[in-house]
Amino acid sequence: MRPFELTAPATVDAAIATPGAFLAGGTTLVDLMKLNVLTPHHVLDINDLPLRGIDTRDGLRFGALERMSDIAAHPGVYPVISRALLASASQQLRNMASIGGNLLQRTRCGYFRDVTMPCNKREPGSGCPAITGANRMHAILGTSESCVATHASDVAVALVALDAEVRLAGAGGVRTVALADFYRVPGETPDVENDLRPGELITEVVVPRLDWAQRSTYVKVRDRASYEFALCSAAVALDIQDSRVVDARVTVGGVATVPWRLTEVEAALRGVPATVESFEAAASVAADGAKPLSGNGFKVSLLKRTVVRALIEGSRG
Amino acid sequence: MDISLKINGSTEELSIEPGVTLLDALRERLSITGPKKGCDRGQCGACTVHVDGRPVLSCLTLAAVVRGEVTTVEGLSDAERLHPVQQAFVDQDAFQCGFCTSGQIMSAVAAVEQDVTDVREFMSGNICRCAAYPNIVAAVEQARRSDATV
Repeated sequence: MRPFELTAPATVDAAIATPGAFLAGGTTLVDLMKLNVLTPHHVLDINDLPLRGIDTRDGLRFGALERMSDIAAHPGVYPVISRALLASASQQLRNMASIGGNLLQRTRCGYFRDVTMPCNKREPGSGCPAITGANRMHAILGTSESCVATHASDVAVALVALDAEVRLAGAGGVRTVALADFYRVPGETPDVENDLRPGELITEVVVPRLDWAQRSTYVKVRDRASYEFALCSAAVALDIQDSRVVDARVTVGGVATVPWRLTEVEAALRGVPATVESFEAAASVAADGAKPLSGNGFKVSLLKRTVVRALIEGSRG
Repeated sequence: MDISLKINGSTEELSIEPGVTLLDALRERLSITGPKKGCDRGQCGACTVHVDGRPVLSCLTLAAVVRGEVTTVEGLSDAERLHPVQQAFVDQDAFQCGFCTSGQIMSAVAAVEQDVTDVREFMSGNICRCAAYPNIVAAVEQARRSDATV
């Protein structure tokens, strides 16, 4: 780890006025600093900032410093969110990691994490060994010639499904951005992962009220039963009345460079009977546009099956 | 930088570099060697300690950002009698080499306190290379049964 200065600003204004890396739970930052993937000169310990609170009175509002375990355990949180959180990491990491930090966690691509290898995300223009290398865990959707790294967060998938927004504080004031718009596909600039401007800080996560999201779930397929990143995951919420799907939300993870909303699957679900046959028909377009790599062709069918399974489990409410 | 850490009931003053982890501060500066350095990257759980009663990974925690009360495996018992979870690990033969055990015990204490429904899921952040897992689960179950009488 390179030497750095550490300070703990007491206010949001002080935090955003100081150039540096924000540290909340530290589960990404300290890890990547040890690997010299991240080498900030100044680390700002933001744990004194008043960014706390879980408010479930009208939709959901999470202070950005709330820990994953506390949000998951809160009884007023939509099932898809708590299940995505509980399917993430380990209980120790969930006690540490903040919701704001979770949304900004970096990819688990092995080339990104290894400073002896090229990586366009870490060192723009250096190349992407994953495209022809070890890419079993990598993305099939939202990829580019420069980067195929998956987005690692589980709860971001659930939050995108529920049209969540992030509140951002920066030198230019406060603004609100839909989480779906917040993330950027890599394109030619995989080092730019989101819409954050220099110095900006996530202060709050807001989920609009959606009563039928009480019928929602998160299915995560992975190499181990616990404590592993997703090969594929699906967040679904279903509005079912009289055995027909009135509305649906479907977003997938582990297969794309950003949390991947499947609006065409959602459209195909509206108005159909809530049956396995309808779910299979709707999910048949889930992987449209996918570009499988040498090691992850299995994700095309896995994606469709994961969506079907999530819809079946979700429909049981 | 100068920091103050509350550990196992006492307060320790230290002068450290900002990059020193809680794990290194405990082991190298305070000779509290219950927390083990396994992977040192937040994957194995051998360094698990409690901060304000919650299990965290001391290898991914900078010592200088810790505000709460740290409890290590050394702080569980009163030196006269083992903590019920420690006793359960002995009774159930829940270790072989022992390297992961203090981290396992710190997570197991939380599993008992939280009365978790899925012990294996809860304990998945603690890796045991000897694969003593069935006995570890048995120890958690024993401690949970005995918890009411602690």
